[in-house]
Amino acid sequence: MAHAVTRLPDAQLAPMLAAYEAAVRERRRHSFIAAAVVTVCIALAAWMGEVKPGVLFANAGRLTTYFASIVPTLRWDSLGADLAEWYWNLDHWLKLLLDTILIAYLGTLIGGIGAFFLCFLACANLVRSRIIRLAARRYLEFCRTVPELVFALLFVVAFGLGPMPGVLALAIHTMGALGKLFAEVVENIDMNPVEGAIAAGASWPKMVRFAVVPQVTSNFASYGLLRFEINVREASIMGFVGAGGIGQDLVEAIRKFYYSDVSAILLLIIAAVMIIDLVTEQVRHRLLGVGGGR
Amino acid sequence: MLVIEGLTRRFGDKEAVSNVDLQIGAGAFVGVIGRSGAGKSTLLRMINRLQDPSSGRILHDGRDVTALSGRALRAWRAEAAMIFQQFNLVGRLDVLTNVLMGRLATAPAWRALTKSWSAEDRAIALSALDQFDIASLAAQRADSLSGGQQQRVAIARALAQEPALILADEPIASLDPRNTRIVMDALLRINKHFGITVLCNLHSLDLARTYCDRLVGMAQGRVVFDGAPAALTEQVAHDLYGLEAGEVMDLPAAKPAYGDAIPQAAALA
Ligand SMILES: Nc1ncnc2c1ncn2[C@@H]1O[C@H](COP(=O)(O)OP(=O)(O)O)[C@@H](O)[C@H]1O
Ligand SMILES: [Mg+2]
Repeated sequence: MAHAVTRLPDAQLAPMLAAYEAAVRERRRHSFIAAAVVTVCIALAAWMGEVKPGVLFANAGRLTTYFASIVPTLRWDSLGADLAEWYWNLDHWLKLLLDTILIAYLGTLIGGIGAFFLCFLACANLVRSRIIRLAARRYLEFCRTVPELVFALLFVVAFGLGPMPGVLALAIHTMGALGKLFAEVVENIDMNPVEGAIAAGASWPKMVRFAVVPQVTSNFASYGLLRFEINVREASIMGFVGAGGIGQDLVEAIRKFYYSDVSAILLLIIAAVMIIDLVTEQVRHRLLGVGGGR
Repeated sequence: MLVIEGLTRRFGDKEAVSNVDLQIGAGAFVGVIGRSGAGKSTLLRMINRLQDPSSGRILHDGRDVTALSGRALRAWRAEAAMIFQQFNLVGRLDVLTNVLMGRLATAPAWRALTKSWSAEDRAIALSALDQFDIASLAAQRADSLSGGQQQRVAIARALAQEPALILADEPIASLDPRNTRIVMDALLRINKHFGITVLCNLHSLDLARTYCDRLVGMAQGRVVFDGAPAALTEQVAHDLYGLEAGEVMDLPAAKPAYGDAIPQAAALA
C-alpha cells in the first residue's frame, strides 16, 4: 500500500484536533441532552400513564384463557363438518369483508387526493407565506389527531348507520396523515429544478407541476399504498360504532361471547390484511425500482 | 502495474466499453479523453469494481481484480480510490468525518459505526486535509463548502484510503478555472510526490496535454488513440471529438468556419 499522506507530527496536529473537538463539542452536547430528555420522558410517561408491568404479568393468565376459549373445536374425523360449523356464516362475512376493503379503498383515495393538493402548501421550501403554511399544517394536524373512530361516531350521528360515515372518517384522517408525510417528501426534494422552472417564468402551480411533482410521485404512491394497508385494518373496526364493514359482526361476537365466531372473523381479517400487505408490497417495490441504477 | 485485457461492458445491446486492452505502469499520470458517452466513466468505474465487467480481466501487480469478492474486493476498492465529478461527499456530515470515510475499509466495524475513530485515523485524516490547506474547515458541514473546497475534501478522502491508484472521473467538470488548476495541481502533486498512479477522465484536451504524460483516447467504447500528448495531432483530435474539437482545445486551426458555425448553432437551438 502506497503512502499517500505525510502524517504530521503530533505536536503540529494537536492544535488542529483541539479546534475540531471544540467545534463539534457543542453538537455532541446537543445530542446528549436530546438523549437525556427522551429517557426522562419515557420514565415520566410510564409513571403518569400508570404503566405497571406487574399488572400485565399478574393477569396474563386471563388473556390466555380467553384465547383458549375462542379456539374452535376441530376433530380429525369430522374436520369438514367442524370447519363448516366454525365458518357457518362465511358468505355474509365475506360480503362484509369486501365492504371493509371498499371503505378503506375509497377513504384512502379521497384522503390521498386531498393530501396531494394540500401538502405543497405546507412546505417551507415552496411557500414563502408563513400564514398559508401554518394554516395548512394546523389543518392537516387537526385531521390526523382526532381519532378515526371519533370522526366515525360523529358522522354516524349526523348521517345515520352505514359505510358512508366510515369512508368519510378514514378520508379525513388519511388526508391529515398522508399530507404530513407528503409534505416531508416535498421538503426533501432537489431545489435546482425548481429554480430552473421559476427562472423560465413558470407560475407557482406550473412550477409545482413540472419541477416538484415528477420528483415526488413515486414516493407519494408508495406512502399511499402503505396508508391503504393501514386503512384496511382501521376499516375493520369502523363497524364498532356502526360505520360499516365487518367490525359490526366482530364487536357483536365479542360482546355476546360467540367465542368461535370471534376467532373466525379475526382470522378472516388477518388473512385479508396479509394478502393486501403482500400485494401492495409488490406494487411498492415496482414503483421504487423504477429509476434506480446510478 | 495495471493490466486491462479485453475489457467489455454491455448495457442491454449497447457496448459502453468494448474490448479494451491497456497497460499502465506504476506512477503514470494517464489522461482518458473522448467525447461524452465514449465509455470513459464506465472504464474507470469497472477498475474500482463499482461496475462489473461483462467480460475481460483487470490485473493489478499480477492479481486478478475482477475475481475479487467480499473483504478482498473492499480492500481493492480502497486501494483504487475514486474521485467523482460531483464530489460524492455526504453533505450533512462534517469535513473531517467525510475524510475519515476513507478509512472505512480498514477501521473495525465497532469503531466506524460508533464514530469512535482511532487516534491514528484522525491524525491521517487531518494531515490529509492540511496537505490541501483546508484543515481549518474540519468541523464544517461538507455541503457548506464551495465546489473547489469540496473536491479537495474528496481528494483528501481518497488519500486517506492510502491508495495505489487514483481514478478521477472528470474531477474538474463542475469547477471554475481557478479551482480547476488547484485540483489538477493537487492530483499532479500526489502523482509526483508519492508516486501514486493517476487515471483521470478529462473532457478538455488542453488540460490533458498540460498535466498527463500519456493520453488514451476513447470513442464508442474503443481505445482509438494511445500515446504521448505530443503525438496527438489535430487530425486525431478531430477524429476523436468531431465537431466538438473546437470546444475542447484552443487550436488556431479550429477556425469557426462559416459552414461549421451554422450546424453548431442549429444543434444548440
Ligand atoms: N448504468 C448504465 N445503464 C445504461 N447505460 C449506461 C449506463 N452507464 C453508461 N451507460 C451508457 O454507456 C455509454 C458510455 O457511458 P459513460 O461511460 O458514462 O461515457 P463517458 O463517461 O465517456 O461520457 C453511454 O452511451 C451511456 O449511455
Ligand atoms: Mg462520464
